[in-house]
Amino acid sequence: MDTFAYVRPQLLDAALAAGADGNAYYIGGGTNLVDLMKGGIARPAQLVDVNHLGLDAVTELPDGGLRIGAAARNSDVANNPVVRERYPLLSQALLAGASPQLRNMATIGGNLLQRTRCDYFVDRGFAHCNKRAPGSGCAAKDGLNRTHAILGASPQCVAVHPSDMSVALLALGASVNVRGRQGERRIAIGDFHRLPGDHPEQDTNLQHGELVTSVDLPKSNFAGHSHYLKIRDRASYAFALVSAAVALDVSGDQINDARIALGGVAHKPWLATDAAQQLIGKSPRDVNANAIGTLAVQGAQPLAHNAYKVQLARNTVARALQAAMASA
Amino acid sequence: MHSRCAEWHADCVAVRVVDHRVCNQESIITDSNDKPVAAITRRGFLGGVALAGASVSLRWHPAAAQQTQAASVHAAPQPVAVKLRVNDVEHALLLDPRVTLLDALRDHLRLTGTKKGCDRGQCGACTVLVNGRRENSCLSFAVMHEGDAITTVEGLAEAGQLGPLQTAFLQHDAFQCGFCTPGQLCSATALLAEARANTVSAASADVRKPPTLPLSDAEIRERMSGNICRCGAYTNIVAAIRDSAGGSREV
Repeated sequence: MDTFAYVRPQLLDAALAAGADGNAYYIGGGTNLVDLMKGGIARPAQLVDVNHLGLDAVTELPDGGLRIGAAARNSDVANNPVVRERYPLLSQALLAGASPQLRNMATIGGNLLQRTRCDYFVDRGFAHCNKRAPGSGCAAKDGLNRTHAILGASPQCVAVHPSDMSVALLALGASVNVRGRQGERRIAIGDFHRLPGDHPEQDTNLQHGELVTSVDLPKSNFAGHSHYLKIRDRASYAFALVSAAVALDVSGDQINDARIALGGVAHKPWLATDAAQQLIGKSPRDVNANAIGTLAVQGAQPLAHNAYKVQLARNTVARALQAAMASA
Repeated sequence: MHSRCAEWHADCVAVRVVDHRVCNQESIITDSNDKPVAAITRRGFLGGVALAGASVSLRWHPAAAQQTQAASVHAAPQPVAVKLRVNDVEHALLLDPRVTLLDALRDHLRLTGTKKGCDRGQCGACTVLVNGRRENSCLSFAVMHEGDAITTVEGLAEAGQLGPLQTAFLQHDAFQCGFCTPGQLCSATALLAEARANTVSAASADVRKPPTLPLSDAEIRERMSGNICRCGAYTNIVAAIRDSAGGSREV
């Protein structure tokens, strides 16, 4: 591992000043970054510890929403009483990720910013990875791509985003608040992560030096009818092959609003807009869940080893939708 | 005086640090002036030992030496003072920032009960309690734990007496080789506290409601999924935790 300087600012402005350095990385829980440093994938010259900036609070917003501090731990947010009661979808997604030990360390901001677990990215033994070494090619495209993208990929990168939490945040319509030395800005969760295009080295639309300070959840009518379903190779402690977050606003016998997001299928959490649109105005009794699932994966372009994901994603959406319609 | 590894923390002995991943492929042997003199690979070291008994296989690795000298943005390691409270004893340490909490415990404080399994957050062997919460000690740097209270497996027994959980592990034969056991014990200690605090898990029926106590075996398995047991003693580990949870509720 390369040497690095370690700083632990107590004030946000000091953290932003330190983080502006070209070779500085912010560190929260470290569960992904330390791993990447051990593998020589991340090579910061300076680590800026952002655990002492007072960014770990969960506070209710005047409009009925909820603000989650970026340094709040995954386990604390998953078990926050307000999150459990009003945003059970987020609790479910957080609890589906990693292990209890990792969730105790990992922050909300870090979860958003975690990097792909594509085997060709995380192992420097592979020469060709445009995400790790821009311009070097993509070994996964024609390699062992069983876990890779079926939607939104580019010839330059077929990696998927590994986060469960971000899939739930997309279904819930969250916003990400970020601060840089130029000031504060707010990014809709759907615009936070990027598709790979020609620049897979950029996972998100954050600028260097910008720090995620909090995530805002809007007031939600989804609590009674939502479900997160994650499918993986073993029962726990594994990344998603495919996951689906379904959020429904149901009153009486009518679906007033619906959002469907998928994980494990693309370079970013994938919003199935058309599929969700089909649900609005319908009675749950008249919903054909399999048809909605099929619509959710329209346009899928599987690779040599992941065609199974198309059917799996379709079924996962259908099952999550049925569970969301049944819950109350 | 042993030669030292320039790629790792200042006072570790190069021949002991043989994990190629943390040492950036090579351990570099330096002389007393910190000039690289030779590099040793894990495989080369083990092979050398196998072939030549106690002797060590050394060879030049110009690329690694060059990399060390050309570290333009990566400054020479500056030791950082850190205070750790481990098992109720305060320790003042001077550490290279690259030292993980795990290595600080094992190599600097000689608390070798905490095990290094994968060293990448995938096995749970290194689980310790940080301010009462279970964490993977391999995935955080020790300097980030200034002022934290750490409990390792050595600190679980009180006044030399095994606690109910440790006793249950013995009674249920909840291990075979024992390598994962310190992590299992720390993790299960936290599990019991978390359940008492009504936290939910991915195995809970409804996150909007408190978990059903006593925890079902499915709940225990999910909540212990961060600790891998290569021997497969899971059935007995679950039994020990189930027993211990029941016992603590009856008290």
